[in-house]
Amino acid sequence: MIKWLEGPRKDEDVVVSTRIRVARNIENYKFPQYINLEESKELTDEILNGMKKISGDDNYRFIRINDLTPRERFVYIEEHLISPSLVQKVDKSSFLLRNDEKVTIMINEEDHIRIQVLMPGLNFEEGWQLCTQIDDLLEENLDYAFHERLGYLTSCPTNVGTGLRASVMVHLPCLVMTGHINAIVEALSKIGLTVRGIYGEGSETLGHLFQISNQTTLGEKEESIIKKLNNVIFQVVARERNIRKNLMEKKKVEMEDKIFRSFGLLKHSRLMSSKEAMGHLSNVKLGCEMGIINDVASKEILKLMVEIQPASIQANLNKEMTKEERDINRAQLIRNFL
Amino acid sequence: MLCESCGKNNATVHYTKIINGSVEEYHICDECAMNGNEIEFDTPFSFHKLLTSLIDTIQEGQMMKEDQNIQCKNCGLTYSKFKQTGKFGCSKCYETFKNNLELLLKGIHGHNEHVGKIPRRSKNIISLKREVESLKEELEKVVAKEEFEKAAFLRDKIKTLKEELDNCKE
Repeated sequence: MIKWLEGPRKDEDVVVSTRIRVARNIENYKFPQYINLEESKELTDEILNGMKKISGDDNYRFIRINDLTPRERFVYIEEHLISPSLVQKVDKSSFLLRNDEKVTIMINEEDHIRIQVLMPGLNFEEGWQLCTQIDDLLEENLDYAFHERLGYLTSCPTNVGTGLRASVMVHLPCLVMTGHINAIVEALSKIGLTVRGIYGEGSETLGHLFQISNQTTLGEKEESIIKKLNNVIFQVVARERNIRKNLMEKKKVEMEDKIFRSFGLLKHSRLMSSKEAMGHLSNVKLGCEMGIINDVASKEILKLMVEIQPASIQANLNKEMTKEERDINRAQLIRNFL
Repeated sequence: MLCESCGKNNATVHYTKIINGSVEEYHICDECAMNGNEIEFDTPFSFHKLLTSLIDTIQEGQMMKEDQNIQCKNCGLTYSKFKQTGKFGCSKCYETFKNNLELLLKGIHGHNEHVGKIPRRSKNIISLKREVESLKEELEKVVAKEEFEKAAFLRDKIKTLKEELDNCKE
């Protein structure tokens, strides 16, 4: 489970993952929202044909949303492999997933094609390189909708131009604890960046995890969008680390108390909602990074944060559960792990 | 400036609330910002709603009445439908609604011209197109000067490039 977290991770104490996605459309087809079933089949075949040449070695799995149960769909979402809007048009949408789960090519999401590259830790360089390489290969066999002056044309005018959304998921418990996060969110929005919860647009913040991404896509080169974001993330990371260090020097006992309380609750609770669990897991993860808790790896905590989500917990035991059953099983899963 | 909420600390958080056009400004301290319900970063926030209001604003000032009824020939989307959803129906819509688009894109992105990546195959087409355009201009100039030998040469060159362009498109 959660294969994409494997591999070397830079700045992993604060940055969970780096995501690059580009939006592309095929000329002469209506955008997914307006396409009919027949056209969507034709389009999917065309994209798959184009894909054959790059995935001839069976590196990718092809999955139709329609072939998945609603629960399975949500597991993919909880693992960040597909976006929530991909499962809205069940009979038209599908995706290709690379075996290492670092690359997803979504078909008929908001745009015909969305290439997503997910990397553990801070890794814009490799992420962008991989993404643009796949994009080039796809383009060899597909006619992209491209406008000389406006760039890549997308269903929503907020994505036109580069079609690029670069984002990082960051864990900022100390910025939240000290209240500095508000000023940071404000500052980021002033320079054209967006801060959101972990499951994308409209989702709430859980476990002190935030997604920071570029807001605009037109009028800037891909490389400079990414560079700008990268530099800003450095600052945010430095800030969070600084506060962690400060708190360890000045409020060591309080920090230890907070972290061990969460650890104890997770270790002994019999009922645990996902929201509560995320908060405590976040504290335990912080404890791992700060050297307060030594017998758990922070990567395992990250995996746990996905495994305790509602759909994943049901998929794990392969049965439908009420909220209370989920809370019981969640508490058990966490106890067993810790 | 003192915090408007507690009146004790210095106001460090400044924000503006705009609801249905009525603007209110607030100045509060860190502590009240954290504790109060004034600012909610957890509230699901729809970017799409912002976008449609942006379209409205632009429209009030700039749009002609007749533009409202424009319909895309390729997908049938009307401008009023676009206004509702904030999404286009097909890539041709960008051409259909181009009169209203410039301002909208500037409003969203602060720019209206793409400077990033160009698809490899279009790269050829785009540069060929640009070459044809500049040769055509040159041709007009030499014709005006009655340099017919040069004109014939340019005409042939344009013809070859156009053929190449047609091949590219296929």
